Order: sequence, then structure tokens, then C-alpha cells
Amino acid sequence: MRVSVDLDLCQGHAQCELEAPEVFEVPKKGKVRVLAPHPPETLRDRVEAAVRYCPTQAILLKPKE
Amino acid sequence: MTEPQRVSGGPDHLEELRADPIGLMRRVREECGAVGEFRLAGRPVVLLSGAEANEFFFRAPDEELDQAGAYPFMTPIFGEGVVFDATPEQRREALHNQALKGSYLKGHAATIAAEVDRMVAGWGSEGEIDLLDWFAELTIYTSSACLIGKRFREQLDRRFAELYHDLERGTDAIAYVDPYADIDSFRRRDAARVQLVGLVEEIMATRTAPAREDRDLLDVLMSLGRFSADQITGMFISMMFAGHHTTSGTAAWTLIELLRHPEIMRAVVAELDELYADGSEVSFQALREIPLLESAVKEALRLHPPLILLLRVARSEQRVLGHRIPEGTMVGCSLAVSNRIAEDFPDPDAFDPSRYAKPREEDLLHRWTWVPFGAGRHRCVGANFAMIQLKAIFSVLLRDWEFALAQDPASYRNDHSKMVVQLARPCRVTYRRRRPCG
Repeated sequence: MRVSVDLDLCQGHAQCELEAPEVFEVPKKGKVRVLAPHPPETLRDRVEAAVRYCPTQAILLKPKE
Repeated sequence: MTEPQRVSGGPDHLEELRADPIGLMRRVREECGAVGEFRLAGRPVVLLSGAEANEFFFRAPDEELDQAGAYPFMTPIFGEGVVFDATPEQRREALHNQALKGSYLKGHAATIAAEVDRMVAGWGSEGEIDLLDWFAELTIYTSSACLIGKRFREQLDRRFAELYHDLERGTDAIAYVDPYADIDSFRRRDAARVQLVGLVEEIMATRTAPAREDRDLLDVLMSLGRFSADQITGMFISMMFAGHHTTSGTAAWTLIELLRHPEIMRAVVAELDELYADGSEVSFQALREIPLLESAVKEALRLHPPLILLLRVARSEQRVLGHRIPEGTMVGCSLAVSNRIAEDFPDPDAFDPSRYAKPREEDLLHRWTWVPFGAGRHRCVGANFAMIQLKAIFSVLLRDWEFALAQDPASYRNDHSKMVVQLARPCRVTYRRRRPCG
């Protein structure tokens, strides 16, 4: 899977970091940084939770090309 | 570039907005398309609907489409300098609400379930409730307990809910002419705010500094020593506002729609019975998927969005779909109209929770038109909390009680005479304790 983020929409609520800290990092007063754009399948549940709980729906998850 | 076309009627549409806002907004789309215009107290409002126009609206940064000045009816309720009076930067800061962080949600679900238990503790084996009163009181307790703290909630009673209701009723669109106009609903609003400050003052007078771990938000604000009771009340009113009438109305509409559709109600009750058959806690299940119940809530939200119109002010000249929007113009996005666009939501007026099941997933597929929580930068930060709260409420209510409509199913409707939409009375249902199975 491939993770991408829409920085236009990200408001730095950091819910994604709470769900999947291995994949997302959100600095205080900043926007999300993707630490692992191609996370292993073992993290799928947590990445999907990050997608679902993002308040601004800024995270996109695509199958690996 | 053309100017947006003006809708029929008027010449000013303030009165129509106060009488039938959804009819007005639907006509704008029918006559003018995705970008149209109506006039509100002498000012043009460019009204957007549909995916492309909505995406423009929801993606725009505050520096282009600003909330400040768009909701003049909120200033007398919150107080000067709070929320829509603050700068975009201050608002962004304030929106990072600690109490909504994921790690607190399990505790909130347990708190909410306990509040529902307390509200039904006084019920006999059967009776009747007014949905507006009942859910409005419940959500005063849940939102104060979760957002401010349990110590504060323990010092509240019905009076707080009734005064809060008067604030919500004080949102007449006349505020676009004058937020302090001499009308009954504004006088009641101002009197209610004074009394709320009085209640908070009474509570503050009883407080002595507790142990650090028992402190709630009121203790913390008092310990800082630089806020008056008036300012603290304004902060509490504003913290509770976004989640109060919205959750209360959605709970009521979910129940009404389930009672209008008994086969769906049966499926939801069966889903809950199975989930809780092993004796698991509401605080555990409410954080997990409850697909049928969630779909029913989503469908109630789509058909009866608690906010029907979002507004901004253009801070610079904007262009959308070939139309020019001059600086200073108000720009609106109609959630109530977008949620029922037939191309995106087949059979748009039908209550059909199956539209959210895979593979249809119409809420995800149409993220710029399925917008009961808004979308984009300013999408509701409390959306997850709201869904958990609604799952917790119905987990408790439908476990022990059965409900029935106490009036004609078609007679339940919203009162749109104020900017804050509420259920119109009468809105009564009956309850009866469920017979234990087997």
C-alpha cells in the first residue's frame, strides 16, 4: 500500500500519529510528515484507522503500483 | 467570467431564509446551478452546491474564505473576542482540543453510557418523552462531563439545559441586520446568558482547590486567576456549542427514522444484542465498528444535517466555475441541498442506510457532497467523538427499551426559523421496558 497526504487539508490534529506513529509524525503547530510512504502490510489496520480518524480526511491510501 | 445569477423571489431573501431556508437554497440550485446568489439583509450571498463548487469552498484557506463576520448571530452568545471573533490563527490553535484526542475517547464512551443510565433511571416501565427536551438535556450532561470535567457536570441540573436552549433559540437571522435587535428571542438569549454566568459564578464560589488529579477545566481556569466568570462562561458555552444541538438533533432523528422503518430498527437491535451478548462494555464496543447502527446515523445525518448552511466572507476576489466573487461577498455552502443531490445519492429522499455498505460507500465516494460534517480544512473536529457518543447512547437505550412514535410518522420535522436548527414540537415518542428474552 502507498500512503499519501493532502497538505492543503492537513490542519495538524495529529490523530494519525496517535493511530500509527510508525507511519506519521506531526510536529507541534506543524503539518503531517509521512515517515513510511510504503508501510508493511502488518500496519494496514492502523494506517486504515489513521485514514478513518483524520478529522480533515487528508490521508489517502492506495494499493501499491 | 460572469457574475453569479440571482435567484427569483426577494428582492431580499432574509424573510424567506427565516421561513423556508431549504426551499430557498434548493431553488438557487434549480434556477442558477452550482453557483447562484440570494440577498441577505441587503448583502449578496453566493451559494454553492455540488462536488466541484463545494471542493472550492472546503479547500479555501481562511485568508481567502474567512469565518470571521460570517456568523454575527454567534457573537452575543459566545461573547466578544471568542471563536468567530478571533483571528484565523487563534481559531486554528483553539481547535486542537485536547479533550477530543483519541486516547480520551474510551473514557468518554463510559461517561456517556453512565449519563444515559442516569437519565433513564427515573423512567417507569413505560412512559412518554419529548425528544427535543430529552436529548438536549442528555447532551448537556455528556458534553459538560467530557469536555469540561465530571466535577463541573455534577454541579449542573436541568436549569443549565433550559438556559442553554434559550441561547440556541437566540440565533434568528435578523442578526444579519442587527445582532442586538429588540426582539423576544434576543432578549431571552441575553437574559439566559446572564443567568448562565450566575450559575457558573455560584459553582466557582463552592470550589476549593482540589488535589491535582481531580481538577477539571474550571479548576484549571480558576487557578490561572485571570479570567472572570463571564469569560469562563463564554469559553464553556463555545466549547459545548458545536457538539450540543448537533448531537442532540442527530440522536433524535436517528431514533425517528429507525421508528419509521421498523425492519431497519429490528436489524439494528439484533446487531446490538449480538455485540453485547458476551457482556462486553459500551466503552469497548462504542469505539469499534457497529456497521448497521453507524449507517443509520449517517443516513439520519444526510437527510437531516444539523447545520444546513455554512458561511464565509471572501477576503479577496475569488473565481469558481467561471463566476467572479468580489472581495467582501458572503459565500455559502448548502449542506442540506448537497446531501440530496440525486446524481450522487440515488433516491435521495429515501432513508436507505445500505448506501454506506461496501461496495456503495456513498459517503466516501462523494466526499465533497456527503457533507453533514462539512469537509476539508474545517471539517468537524468532533466527528469521531460524535459518532462514538451516538453509538454509546443507542447501545444503552436500545438494549433496555423499545420505543414507538406517539404521533403521525410524517409529523416530525425541523424548526428552521432560527439559524440553529432544532426539532419542532410536538416531537414525542413512547418508551417501554424490553421484556427479557428467552
